[in-house]
Amino acid sequence: MEQLLALRQRFTGDDKHLPSATSTMDVLWTLYDRVLRIDPAKPDADDRDRFFLSKGHGPALFYAVLADKGFFPAEWLDDAAMVTSPLGHHPDRILVPGVEMSAGSLGHGLPLATGTALGLRLQGLTTPRVYVLLGDAELDEGSNHEAIAYAGATGLDNLVAVVVDNSSASHGWPGGIASRFAVNGWSTATVDGRDHDALETALTTLLPGRPHVVVALVEPKNA
Amino acid sequence: MRNSFIETTTALLDEDPRVAVVLADISSAAFDDVRSERLVNVGIREQLMVGVAGGLALAGLRPIVHTYAPFLVERAFEQVKLDFGHQGVTGVLVSVGASYDWTEGGYTHMSPRDVALLDTMPGWRVHVPGHGDEVDGLLRSAVAGDEQVYIRLSTRTNREAHAPELHKVRGDDGPLVLAVGPALDNVLAATEGLDVTVAYTATPRPLDVAGLRALVTTPELVVVEPYLAGTSAHLVYDALNDRPRRLLSLGVGREELRVYGTPADHDRLHGLDPAGLRASITGFLGD
Repeated sequence: MEQLLALRQRFTGDDKHLPSATSTMDVLWTLYDRVLRIDPAKPDADDRDRFFLSKGHGPALFYAVLADKGFFPAEWLDDAAMVTSPLGHHPDRILVPGVEMSAGSLGHGLPLATGTALGLRLQGLTTPRVYVLLGDAELDEGSNHEAIAYAGATGLDNLVAVVVDNSSASHGWPGGIASRFAVNGWSTATVDGRDHDALETALTTLLPGRPHVVVALVEPKNA
Repeated sequence: MRNSFIETTTALLDEDPRVAVVLADISSAAFDDVRSERLVNVGIREQLMVGVAGGLALAGLRPIVHTYAPFLVERAFEQVKLDFGHQGVTGVLVSVGASYDWTEGGYTHMSPRDVALLDTMPGWRVHVPGHGDEVDGLLRSAVAGDEQVYIRLSTRTNREAHAPELHKVRGDDGPLVLAVGPALDNVLAATEGLDVTVAYTATPRPLDVAGLRALVTTPELVVVEPYLAGTSAHLVYDALNDRPRRLLSLGVGREELRVYGTPADHDRLHGLDPAGLRASITGFLGD
């Protein structure tokens, strides 16, 4: 983790999104270090797990993890967002090895992940899973709720949503975030978003016939 | 045209394991006999429909996305922009309803600005068939390729099918009048006896610049499109940048008419019936 923070320090100039970046740190690390079956040497393998960073804001830690895992050279972090750099303040899958989804505009990741999970299943690829990371405020976007309803109704069990909850949604989620998914037939787990063991268990304990959501609780953004 | 689309799409689901069809309830009943699991109906969820299609493309499938034109292109425009082009993947969008196929249904189901909106993005191929028999070939080539394609189906049709590429239909000299898709028959009726050359295309994007230049023999040029007037003006004008030229762009007006009636009524109100077209064209060309 120290090396990760050191790498993160090399990505500068995006202080606006600092809370967003740090809120996702432990989830990202757990995913790439313990959960995702992706070989940086074969980033296009058909049977790899997919990770979509839907909440494209604050990608500093995401880039740090990808660099640490060898998807691209750490030197790329030093001139991020310069005109010559492939690393911007929102990731672009065309420019950055290991980035599966171009993000920035909220509410696109879960529908895209739903389509990719469906597409893998339709091609008989039953092993790979599609993980998609959202924020609790991003959940405001209605497109997510279209996907939550559809993925639940069709039992898309190779789809895993991770909602990092730093209490940043303007109007909150009375009754909890997990309930929005549960009522649509998703299996749910709500865990400490800083606890790697708890995250790993939650991210890998899936139920057949149901999509899965992990709500990762972290410190409130404005605390 | 919708029947041709259903038939060909049903066949493609059988023939090509890469093909997936994404619907948002519209037309789903017409696919009732299809048992393929690659026929996906997400319900009345257009953002999801386009997002899922982009996700399917990311997984290596070739999505055909279909609903009413305003819900396909306008309602989820950001999804069309980001979930295909920005992700570096492509799909085939097929709409029904056109500019005003269902005039009795009013403004919500009219989509005259669809092609203009798609023109704000790079790389789109646009087919506007003028007859049901043109649909099969256009859809098959669209699905077989890997381009971004928009196929604009309509209940308005010409009496007979034509080759989809830009070509001359009538006349040997005089100013060129280019008709796009279903606009052709009214253009032919409007220009009866006039000293003009009438050309047709069902594929306005990419504009066949070489084909157009070969047919233009006078500075005057008229384009009649079944969608927003002037949609193709910039492309046609630029295609002839090295020549003196005057362009008349005819099509659907921008104003909301706030009337119901029939499609023929709306043709008349937008000046796209034979009499209206003839008046505009002769006025532009002079005696």
